[in-house]
Amino acid sequence: MSAVATDPSLDTFRRDTRAWLEANCPPEMRHSVRSEADICWGGKRFNFQSDAQRAWLQRMGERGWTVPMWPREYGGGGLTHEQAAILREEMAALKCRPPLQSFGIWMLGPAMLKYGSEQQKRHHLPQIARGEIRWCQGYSEPNAGSDLASLATRAEVHDDHFVVTGQKIWTSYADEADWIFCLVRTDTAKKHTGISFVLIDMTSPGVSTRPIKLISGKSPFCETFFDHVKVPRANLVGELNGGWTIAKYLLTHEREMIGAIGERATPRPVGRHAAERLGRDEAGRLSDGVLRAEIARFEVDEAAFRAWMRMAGEQARAGEAIGALSSALKYYGAELNKRRWELMMAVGGADALEWEGERSQHGAAARTWLRSKANSIEGGTSEVQLNVVAKRVLGLPGA
Amino acid sequence: MTWVLDEQRRMLRDSAQGFLSERAPVAHLRALRDANDATGYSAALWRGFGEQGYSATLVPEALGGLGLGVAEAGLIAEQIGHTLAPTPYFSTAVLAAWLLKTAGSAQQQKAWLPRIAAADGVMALAVDERPRHQPGALATVAARDGGGWRIDGEKLLVLDGHAADALIVVARADGGTALLLVPQGTRGLQVERTVMVDAHNAARVRLDDVRVGADALIGSAESGAQLLDGVLDVGRVVAACELLGLADEVFERTVEYLKQRRQFDRLIGEFQALQHRCAELFCDLELTRAIVRQALKALDDAAADSALRVAQAKARACLTASRAVQEGVQMHGGIGMTDELEIGLFMKRARVLQELFGDAAFQMDRAALISGY
Repeated sequence: MSAVATDPSLDTFRRDTRAWLEANCPPEMRHSVRSEADICWGGKRFNFQSDAQRAWLQRMGERGWTVPMWPREYGGGGLTHEQAAILREEMAALKCRPPLQSFGIWMLGPAMLKYGSEQQKRHHLPQIARGEIRWCQGYSEPNAGSDLASLATRAEVHDDHFVVTGQKIWTSYADEADWIFCLVRTDTAKKHTGISFVLIDMTSPGVSTRPIKLISGKSPFCETFFDHVKVPRANLVGELNGGWTIAKYLLTHEREMIGAIGERATPRPVGRHAAERLGRDEAGRLSDGVLRAEIARFEVDEAAFRAWMRMAGEQARAGEAIGALSSALKYYGAELNKRRWELMMAVGGADALEWEGERSQHGAAARTWLRSKANSIEGGTSEVQLNVVAKRVLGLPGA
Repeated sequence: MTWVLDEQRRMLRDSAQGFLSERAPVAHLRALRDANDATGYSAALWRGFGEQGYSATLVPEALGGLGLGVAEAGLIAEQIGHTLAPTPYFSTAVLAAWLLKTAGSAQQQKAWLPRIAAADGVMALAVDERPRHQPGALATVAARDGGGWRIDGEKLLVLDGHAADALIVVARADGGTALLLVPQGTRGLQVERTVMVDAHNAARVRLDDVRVGADALIGSAESGAQLLDGVLDVGRVVAACELLGLADEVFERTVEYLKQRRQFDRLIGEFQALQHRCAELFCDLELTRAIVRQALKALDDAAADSALRVAQAKARACLTASRAVQEGVQMHGGIGMTDELEIGLFMKRARVLQELFGDAAFQMDRAALISGY
C-alpha cells in the first residue's frame, strides 16, 4: 500500500529516509537474504558475516530502526504506522536487508511493552533494539506440548528470588542465546493461574543446553535444563501467577509470525519453476498433467491466502479485526507451506533427494521440505488452532 | 480500500440485504418453482430492482444509471446469493449493461441502457455451445449478408434466454468474433426454455438463417474476442460473488444447526470431528472473500493481472461453495436431504454457478496458463 501522499511531512520523511539509507546501508547489505548465513541474529556470541553486517546493525540500531515503531525511550524509532510503512517501502526499493531478526523483536518486546515494568522496559528493550542480547523462548516441556499449561518447571518463590528447576524443550537456538524468557510453575495447586513469566540469564549457574538433531539433520532447537537456578525477583514480568495471560498474548504473536511465512518473502512460483525444469507441451502447459493440476490448485490457494493476509491487515487497521483470527491464519499458512514443499520435492524428483554435496547445496530442498513439517506443530498444532477457531470464532460449544 | 467496505458500499450492501430478505427470501424462489411460472421470474420483483437502482449499477449516469463499478455489482450479487432471488439481474444488469456501456454504439446505448437501468426489459448473452464452457471453440457463424449479418448456430445455458427482449449472440465472423444484438421474434430464432436444476432461468437457442442489420454489431469483429474475454471475466467474478454469499449463508445456517441439534445427550457442535470441518470451512470462506474482492478491484482498476485474479477468484469460490453446500447437507443429516429444508436449494444453485463461465478446473487451467505453465 502506498502511504498517504497528501501529508507533506510524510513526503519530507520519505526523502530524508531514502537519503539516509543510501548513505548508510553498505552495498553488501543491499540484496535479499539468500540463506540462513545472511541473517543477523545479534547477541553476545554472534559471529558477524562481515564488517558491513556489523555496521548495518549498529547504524540501524542507533536510529531505532531495527524496531521502528517501538517508543524512542526504549530504543525504538518512535515512528507512526505511516512512517514505518514508508521506511519499509524505501528499504525494499533499495533492497536493504533487515539489519536484525530476533525473538526479542518479534515476541519478548511486544509482551514487555504491554506487561513489563518501567524498569524492565528501560533495561531490556534497548538491548534488544541494538541487537546486543539474543533471546530464546522457554515454553514447551517434554510433557507439555499442545497442553502447554500443564508445564511443570518449578520456580520456588523466595523473598527476593526464585529457584528454578526443570526442563524446557524446543527452545529455538538456546545454545546461541544470551537470555531466555520462560514460563514456570509458581503454584502447583492451580493450572493456568499457577504460571509465571520470568527472564533468566543463560549464564546463570545451573543452566545447560543440548541441541536436538531433527529429521532435517539440523539442530535449530535445544533442550534446556535448569538445576536450582537462582533468578532475581526483579526478573518476574507481570504479576506472580499471571504468566498465562502473557503467554497467550505472545502465542498470538507467534502464530501471526508463522502464519505469515507465506507472506513475508515472495516465494518462487512453483508452477513456472516446474515448467522450466520439466518442460511444456505445445500449448504451453506443464507436460506432467496430473502434477500440473495439483500445482494449479496450490497456487490458487496460495494467492487467496496472500489476499487473506492483506485483508486481515486492512480489517485490523479499520478496527474490524476478527478475534482469534491469528489461529486461522496460522493453521492455513502452515498447511500451505507443507503443501508447497511436497510439490517442490515432486518437481525436484531425484535431484531433490540428494542429501550432501555442492550440487544439491547440501540437500537444501530435502532439508527445507523436512523442516516444513514442523510448521503445523510449533506455536500450537494445526489441531489446536482448529479447536480455537471452532470455539472462539464460530462459538461452537464444548470444553 | 480493497477489502473493507467504505460507507457507500456498506449502505448499498445493507440496502440489498434488507430489500432481498423482505421481498425475495428463499421462499420466493420456491413459490415460483412450485407454480411452474412461465417466465420463471417475478416481473414485480425485477421492477423493484429498478426502483432500488440495483439494475442501474453499471449504467452510466448520463443514461439514467448510477455509473458504479463491478465491485458494487458484485456486492449486490453477494446478497442475492443469500436468498437465491431469481431475477434477470446477472444477464441484463451485469452482462448486457457492461457490454453495451463498454462497446455499444451511441444508438445501442441510448436504446437499451436506460431500459436496463429502469429494469424495463431483459437481455441475454448467448455464448456457450458445449456442455462444458469453452468460449474459444465457437461453431456459430455470422456471415456478411449485404449490409447486415446472417447468423447460424446453436447455443445453450443462455441465462434468461426465453424471457429476453433481445439476445446478444456471440459468433465467429470476419476472422474475428462478433457480438450481435438479435431481437426476440426475429425470423429463424428458436428459443426453448430449459428448466434447470436450480429453478432459475435458462434456454437453448437455435439460429437458423437469422438476418440482422449492420447496426446489430456491438463493437467490431476485430476487437470482439477481447470484448468477449472482458464480459466473461465480469460474469465470472460476479458469479463468484453470488457463490460467496451463498456459501456464507449455508455456513451460517449449518453452524447454527450444530448449536441446536442434540444427539447422544449433547449438542452435535461439541464433536471435534464436526468442529474441525467447520473451522476449515471458515478459513476457506475468508480466503475466498479476500481473493474475490481483490479480483473485483483488479477489474475496476483495469489492472494488468485482472484475468489471473478473476480465474483465481472464480476457482476458489467454486471450491468453497461446493464444500459449503455439501457439508451443509451432510451436517444437517436426514433433514438436509428433504425438499422442505432450504439447504438443498443452495446446493442446486451452487452447481449451476460453478458451471457458469467455467468451473474450478477450467479456471485453474486458465490461471496456470497465464502464470506460464
